Amino acid sequence: MVHTVNDTPVCAEQRPPLTRADLKADKPTWCPGCGDFSVLAIYQKLLEKKNLPQESIVTLSGIGCSSRFPYFVNTHSVHFIHGRILPFATGLSLSRPDLHPIVFIGDGDAYSIGGNHFDHCARKNVRLMVVVMDNQVYGLTKKQTSPTSPVGFKSKTDPWGSKVTPINPTKKLISSGATFVARTAASNPNHMLEMMEAALDHDGFSVVECFSECVQFNPGSFDAAVPRKGGAYPPVPEDHDVTNEEAAYALTREPFPGHFGIYFKVDRPTLNETEGGLAESPTSDTALKDVRQQLEASLRQLT
Amino acid sequence: MTSFREIPPGTAYAGPETLNDAVIRIAGNSQDGIQSVGAMLARLAGRSEMDVMTYMTIPATISGGPSIFQVHMGSGRVLSAGDAADILVAFYQHSYDDHLESLRDGGVLLYDSTNVEPDLDVLRERRITPVPVPMTSLTIEILGGTGKKKGKNIFLLGLLAQAFRLDMEKIRRLLGEVFGHKDESVLRNALLALEGGYAYSIGDMQSFFTFEEPRHEAGEAGVTKVTMTGNQALAYGAVAAGIRFGAAYPITPWTEVMEQLRYDLPRYGGSFIQTEDELAGIAAALGAAYGGVPSMTGSSGPGLALKSEAISFAVMAEIPLLIVDVQRGGPSTGLPTNVEQSDLNLALHAGHGDAPRVVMAAANVEDCFHLVIEAVRIAHEYSVPVIFLSDQAIATRIEAFPLPDLTSVLQFPGAKPETVDSYKPYPLDRITRHMPPGTRITDGKYPNVTGLEHDEFGHPSANPKVHMAMTAKRRAKLEALAETLPRPAVQGPKAGELLLVGWGSTMGVIREAVDRAAASGVEYSAIHLRHLNPLPPGLEELFRRFERVLVVEMNDRDANGCGQLARVLRAQYALPHIGGITKTDGLSFRIGELLARIEETVGGHAVFVGPAVSHANPNH
Repeated sequence: MVHTVNDTPVCAEQRPPLTRADLKADKPTWCPGCGDFSVLAIYQKLLEKKNLPQESIVTLSGIGCSSRFPYFVNTHSVHFIHGRILPFATGLSLSRPDLHPIVFIGDGDAYSIGGNHFDHCARKNVRLMVVVMDNQVYGLTKKQTSPTSPVGFKSKTDPWGSKVTPINPTKKLISSGATFVARTAASNPNHMLEMMEAALDHDGFSVVECFSECVQFNPGSFDAAVPRKGGAYPPVPEDHDVTNEEAAYALTREPFPGHFGIYFKVDRPTLNETEGGLAESPTSDTALKDVRQQLEASLRQLT
Repeated sequence: MTSFREIPPGTAYAGPETLNDAVIRIAGNSQDGIQSVGAMLARLAGRSEMDVMTYMTIPATISGGPSIFQVHMGSGRVLSAGDAADILVAFYQHSYDDHLESLRDGGVLLYDSTNVEPDLDVLRERRITPVPVPMTSLTIEILGGTGKKKGKNIFLLGLLAQAFRLDMEKIRRLLGEVFGHKDESVLRNALLALEGGYAYSIGDMQSFFTFEEPRHEAGEAGVTKVTMTGNQALAYGAVAAGIRFGAAYPITPWTEVMEQLRYDLPRYGGSFIQTEDELAGIAAALGAAYGGVPSMTGSSGPGLALKSEAISFAVMAEIPLLIVDVQRGGPSTGLPTNVEQSDLNLALHAGHGDAPRVVMAAANVEDCFHLVIEAVRIAHEYSVPVIFLSDQAIATRIEAFPLPDLTSVLQFPGAKPETVDSYKPYPLDRITRHMPPGTRITDGKYPNVTGLEHDEFGHPSANPKVHMAMTAKRRAKLEALAETLPRPAVQGPKAGELLLVGWGSTMGVIREAVDRAAASGVEYSAIHLRHLNPLPPGLEELFRRFERVLVVEMNDRDANGCGQLARVLRAQYALPHIGGITKTDGLSFRIGELLARIEETVGGHAVFVGPAVSHANPNH
């Protein structure tokens, strides 16, 4: 999205490069040891690396622990309502092609209360990057079942263990029509940076499914994907064809931890392109004159 | 309403009378093109010095089913869709059967004698003049059998042009505009049908009355008028207001607004998208509004209910947004193609928490253009969501109003990014005006826009003092707005026995009822409210000058006899003499009906209530 919209992603004028210090904001309120700290650090690192004009970055979120994100990074930011940040970001992306809207949400926002919007943003291929910080639990409200909680997961709303099949996010996203689907984990910062950068560079709806452990209410949930805890972090096979939908589905069917990397990536016209984009804000006298002539002509047809 | 001179039974016929005001009801089936001939008559009237007002019903079924179009054309102030029809055009036997009741005694029945057999005894008894015309067979004859039954509507237009001495040159030009872009044969057939109808002898009708195109009133000379529906006016008004982004979900009767904007906005450098649901509609519109682009969403009642969580966000985050509600009958799926004013409670209160918002209501088609411009201006001046109420009656009816002077009304309240030294999105000492993203802030402190309670920078805060101050900040904006609102103009005496209060599409009918009462020596007064939250100043003082205040509205009453607005006014001013006249039949008030209801409520006055109120359902 950064490079294809216009070819001048970096500051046109001479400015000191963006640093992580510039991007620091409020002190995060997450529990010590939360995976979200790592996602925040990598996001700041990504912005520093890309050196985007600070004012053009918009950090957006819904509701949940992860969605506190915008307060902790110093950019224009929006903390919207539960489940609806994707259409909000769609409106922003369509009306302001000069900006870089980046969404951070949790599994509840993405796959439960806002699930419908995820499907439609994917099929419309809105120019938008989304990082789903999936902890497989509702942490902010202190341990209820999430749409990605595994069968048998005990929570305050499933005291006998969840009996419902969890959502398979990557599979759902590919079938919905997302043009970039990647999988990573907060426990592997370098891989996370690589995935976020690829997502930011993708022209279209790009989603990074990122496992981020809730140490308070779902500790050890992703240990099987952490090598230093005896797990494995298998990359997507080198010969995987990211444009092959069937092959991508095959990857999504593997049991946890599955593979990490880009599952699916294709090019398709974005909604931003097909909508033609909005013109420069018509505030000038000339623009308003054009509006007047056009509207006058339309109204005169009704006389 | 000037009407036919009624000839008492047994009186000798005294030659044609001169009419300059007439209500024509055309009844047929929905595929007969009744709506389009009605629309053409309306546009034609709008192009002359005549005033025009239409009323139509479209069956909820997708194709087929009975349909009517009523046109009121004539001189002076044509304010309501009229009561009984002066002329009934019946295409089918069921049209005749269902609508004869709506034709006033002494009127004209113009019917398709191919399909309709009227009861002549009834007509004689009611002094109705029957004018039989074999419309179907003549149309087939004229169009060489190829057009089948199509073209009958244009044949009728020719008949009416003859009866009403309409300007044929103007009609030909109008047909050229309407059919010009289609296949050449379509226009040719239309013109053939028109000429056929115009040439057909309906001498009986002309010996009964002659219609004279009324001369314009002083001051109206040379005023160019536009003719359109309320939904069209709303879409054009939104463009004039500066709206450049919209997002919504289709729902009757709002859909035409989004369809037109979908088509039109790209020509103004904007875009209107159809979203997956109502929630996404308001969310996307808020996203664009946050980006500094004047934005809107819209719906009807069920959709507005779904949008309510985001309305609270818009209030909390102080995002300017236009939210249109074209009301229909409720609750739930209710009466999708009927009119009701029962969303006022929702518009005033939709959302959680203390969420003050602006609510305005259009009184007619012209308001849909001009008032929406004011709504968008207010939204941006006060960084607040504005709910703009229209209703099914305004949405679908065609009215003519003066071509707007765009030079004086066009606006663009969008915000452009710039560079500032420092920025607080939520300052306590003034009204929030968001700098859009893209704004460079040189002190390096970028703002949060949030639905959490926040301090001046947008940082979350549950501090009691902060919540109290911010709640007051959001409320004070509306108090400041209220002071700027105009006091509503009073029609009739400034004090007296009865003040009628209206809002929305009832304006025309209330005005004409007051006029009719005055003509028969009874003085009523009336005001019409366009600003429903905040309310304009001066109302309490005004209400106190009347013995009784009756709020006329199309919704249900509570235990005190109050409809939704009446209840608001009663609560606001604690005046027990505020009551209401409500109704729940899903149809607009008619003048005679309203006068009868007033009399019934107030009692004692001998008010001329006009022609007998028909209890036939005009939908059928």
